[in-house]
Amino acid sequence: MTARAKSRIPVTKTPKVYIGGAFVRSESARTFKISGADGAFFANIPQCTRKDLRNAVEAAAKAGPGWAKRSPYNRAQILYRLAEMIEARIDELIGSLVRFGARREDAARGMSVCVDRLIHYAGWADKYEQLLGSVNPVATRHFNFTVTEPMGVVGVIAPDSPPLLGLISMVAPVIASGNTVVALASEKFPYPSILLGEMLATSDLPGGVVNLLTGLRRELVPTFATHAHIRAIYASAGAEERRALRLGAAASVKRVRFADEAGAAWLEDTAQGLDAIRGFVEFKTTWHPIGS
Amino acid sequence: MPPSTTPRGRARAGLIFGDLWDFDPAPETADPKLKERYDLFIDGRFVRPRSGRYFDSINPANERKLADIALAGTADVDAAYAAAARAFRPWAATPGRERGKYLFRIARLLQDRAREFAVAETMDGGKPIRESRDFDVPMAAAHFFYHAGWADKLEYVAPGRAVAPLGVVGQVIPWNFPLLMLAWKLAPALAMGNCVVLKPAETTSITALKLAEILQDAGLPPGVANFVTGAGETGALVMGHPGAAKVAFTGSTEVGKAIMRQLAGTDRRMTMELGGKAANIVFDDAPIDQAVEGIVDGIFFNQGHVCCAGSRLLVHEPVADRVISKLKDRIRVLRVGDPLDKNTDLGAINSKAQLATIRRLVAAGVREGAVLFQPPCRLPERGFYFPPTLFTNVTQSHRIAREEIFGPVLAILTFRTVDEAIEKANNTPYGLSAGVWTDKGSRILRMSTELKAGVVWANTFNRFDPSSPFGGYKESGFGREGGRQGLLDYSRRA
Amino acid sequence: MTPRSPHAAHARLLDEIGAVDCVGVEERVAKYMTRSIKKASKVWGLRMAVSMTDLTTLEGKDTPGKIESLCRKALHPHDDPAVPPVAAVCVYPSMVRHAKRWVGGSRVRVASVATAFPSGQTHYRTRLAEVRGAVADGADEVDMVINRGAFLSGDFSRVQDEIAGVVEACGAAALKVILEVSELETYDSIRAASFLAMGALRPGDFIKTSTGKTSLNATLGSNQVMIEAIRDFYLDTAVPIGMKPAGGIRTAKQSLQYLIAVKETLGDAWLTPRRYRFGATSLLNDLLRQIERERTGAYQAPYSFSEAAESY
Repeated sequence: MTARAKSRIPVTKTPKVYIGGAFVRSESARTFKISGADGAFFANIPQCTRKDLRNAVEAAAKAGPGWAKRSPYNRAQILYRLAEMIEARIDELIGSLVRFGARREDAARGMSVCVDRLIHYAGWADKYEQLLGSVNPVATRHFNFTVTEPMGVVGVIAPDSPPLLGLISMVAPVIASGNTVVALASEKFPYPSILLGEMLATSDLPGGVVNLLTGLRRELVPTFATHAHIRAIYASAGAEERRALRLGAAASVKRVRFADEAGAAWLEDTAQGLDAIRGFVEFKTTWHPIGS
Repeated sequence: MPPSTTPRGRARAGLIFGDLWDFDPAPETADPKLKERYDLFIDGRFVRPRSGRYFDSINPANERKLADIALAGTADVDAAYAAAARAFRPWAATPGRERGKYLFRIARLLQDRAREFAVAETMDGGKPIRESRDFDVPMAAAHFFYHAGWADKLEYVAPGRAVAPLGVVGQVIPWNFPLLMLAWKLAPALAMGNCVVLKPAETTSITALKLAEILQDAGLPPGVANFVTGAGETGALVMGHPGAAKVAFTGSTEVGKAIMRQLAGTDRRMTMELGGKAANIVFDDAPIDQAVEGIVDGIFFNQGHVCCAGSRLLVHEPVADRVISKLKDRIRVLRVGDPLDKNTDLGAINSKAQLATIRRLVAAGVREGAVLFQPPCRLPERGFYFPPTLFTNVTQSHRIAREEIFGPVLAILTFRTVDEAIEKANNTPYGLSAGVWTDKGSRILRMSTELKAGVVWANTFNRFDPSSPFGGYKESGFGREGGRQGLLDYSRRA
Repeated sequence: MTPRSPHAAHARLLDEIGAVDCVGVEERVAKYMTRSIKKASKVWGLRMAVSMTDLTTLEGKDTPGKIESLCRKALHPHDDPAVPPVAAVCVYPSMVRHAKRWVGGSRVRVASVATAFPSGQTHYRTRLAEVRGAVADGADEVDMVINRGAFLSGDFSRVQDEIAGVVEACGAAALKVILEVSELETYDSIRAASFLAMGALRPGDFIKTSTGKTSLNATLGSNQVMIEAIRDFYLDTAVPIGMKPAGGIRTAKQSLQYLIAVKETLGDAWLTPRRYRFGATSLLNDLLRQIERERTGAYQAPYSFSEAAESY
């Protein structure tokens, strides 16, 4: 090592949240400090406000129609591309988990599952419709079919454990069907999601399809609950938060679904599949006469 | 005589819909076999309410009392849930093919007594006998028959997933299709192996309790289906009961939201089928006469007491005058009056309270400057009636274009472009249904994709089928009823 | 701008008259079938149907004797004096003069099919000559068939020109233009053909569904499409055209359903034999049977009525 290298001060990264395809600080300019497992200061993380959440919802709503209109094949390839991006930078992600206390082999296993899970949902994107939709044999002279449609903007509230696998497991089925997402990353371990945002930005995912916020749950959950433009909530949440989310959801008849998985259960194949996709689609039935 | 010698041109010719050939009354005379008093149906038996209290069920066509209906209180709802809980394990363990046989039997027994049920439904709710006879009752039987066949095929309901019943399901249904809504709720729940505590609407409890007689005749095990009657308080007890694994509600958005708040602290599953303000969109290339008929079906079916009623007509400007003029001619020959008359097209408004709501909103429409049209028609002196009503000169901001009226009142708006039609149609917190009328196939598919509604009727309106999933987007609720999709909402992962 | 090519005329007409949805039409007419007509309103309807009947015989084996018997029945369908005579007798051209002998001077008119009925497959000049012959023999009304071949090939102007020629050949006689709906197949074509025909007709002329010589005759659906065309044409031009469903209407109940369709679509002004007819043979006896049933309260046997086909 040269003397210069020895004395060099590393350039640290300013963590920013990923909203509408851009990296921004909180509009409030607030941050909260996080430290590594060794207790040393690591970085200031944006402490997003309800206004940031509102901006993220606007971005998600703007991106929604375009994303929903992409062909399922295209959405599938974009999800696959995202898996490629993560696989390529998997060591960095594992490192970010280890830095905040995860055991390396747990982190490595979790990240492999993340990549595999994205591929799982990439494969679903052009198949779920054939299983969830139907042609219905009505008794009258009509052709009647049911198709699914995305619900719109979905709010995802990720668990603390595992922070990244939980987040990806919740976001992937939601966007696979054409929804757009405003996600709140783990409050305890936000940094991996900041890295994920950087990978999303370099994947082919259009800006605004996934928006990743960091901040305090107690500040943001109430806005997730009551923002009427968020059409559905997918949350890993405790009893009190569940109640708050359901209460808020009542005002606009929002769909609310909670992740049952906790801890290691997220690693299992049972934590993925068609059910998760079905939870965030609407069913639309169309009738047309058959004749002349 | 019309001016037969007028030279061809833009002469104003009109049609005469008078009384040259007036129809004599044609009352349906089948005996509805009503009892003077209806008790609660709990654990397979009719039991008196613990409180001993009853309320009147009124025939809205003539304001006469039909029967005493039991008022269920906390103890009664507890008893119903307890009976359902006892019945659940053996019922869920009954092989699907055997559960299905009960449902098949119920369908058949209902068909046997179809006319009697139709008359009872019409007397209790005010809907025309033509509709209860040709729609409500046969469709209710069809729902039981359809779901009966699912009971032994549940492994096919959800690909890759084994399903199991949830337990006891609490259900509250509205007064607009009393028997049919009961069938929509009861049949899939039972087919899946759940037990049910159901509350009919307080103004229309009779056919549910008549159906209880059929459940007895069918030998359905006691406790599998329990019917408790009463008003909103009883409904809240049924929805809020800790014994419910799931609740399913059909009714107003306002009450649906209240239930969601009531249950916010629980992990109760829910299906909500709520209000609507559907747009019925007519393009200039539409089959106009059939569109007019669809508009009529859309808003005057069941006096407009239909959550998915096409209560907003969006008509393409080039054909607006023609459509409206044809619509006026069409509603001149609608027959309003005695619901039991086989020729009646619009019967009685379900209740005095609903009539007051309709009047209030119509008055608001007039006050806000919309132009009202009602054909001349003589309404009966007693009973609750409202003539078919059109409003023109309506804008998006009018109350009659935004609020669910739940009556025979159509708000007519116009549009110029496809995008404008889509925007106006979707400009509502509701999203239950929509109608599209055009001869252009690709436009139908585009509209069907863009309209935020759970049911899209293209070149038709207000059609229903047990195999066809029904339910809303946005504030019109969530969950589906009917078809494989609806059945799945009564299951959990095994 | 007048269309110059047959193709343009075709496109223009279909654009102007709009589309028809067949399931919607059939759902509409199903509602007529649920109407329940009782007591006085039933008797009124039955008598009206009698007065609208074009009592028809169009058989190769028709004889002057059979025509005589038909005419007697047309004039006095029943002993009951409240039962009106029928609107017309409808016969082949060669029988016009025989029919005229019996009903001439009465309210019952003589209608003759012409224009190479039922197929229309002969030279236009021959068809015109046939019309002139029938009128010369005393026909008050002429029932012609349209040139379906020309229609189906899109040569709309030829169809209309031929009708216009027949109108001229009719002179004072009223014309009924048979579309032969079963050969047009779709309601869209039926609507288009109705407008084509009406464009050449005079007030008081008719359009008519069928010859009765094909497998499918009048239906409530085709009747509905045609009376809606008549209504739209009338509202646009003030020219009232009459309607005649023919073939397949055998029961009193059916005829009442058609009349309900008229009442609810065209209104009271069409509830008259001047604007609505039934082309039928066996219908009359069933009408009489039901009228008698209403009068006496007892169901009637078919053989009590003359010319009844069902005699056992």
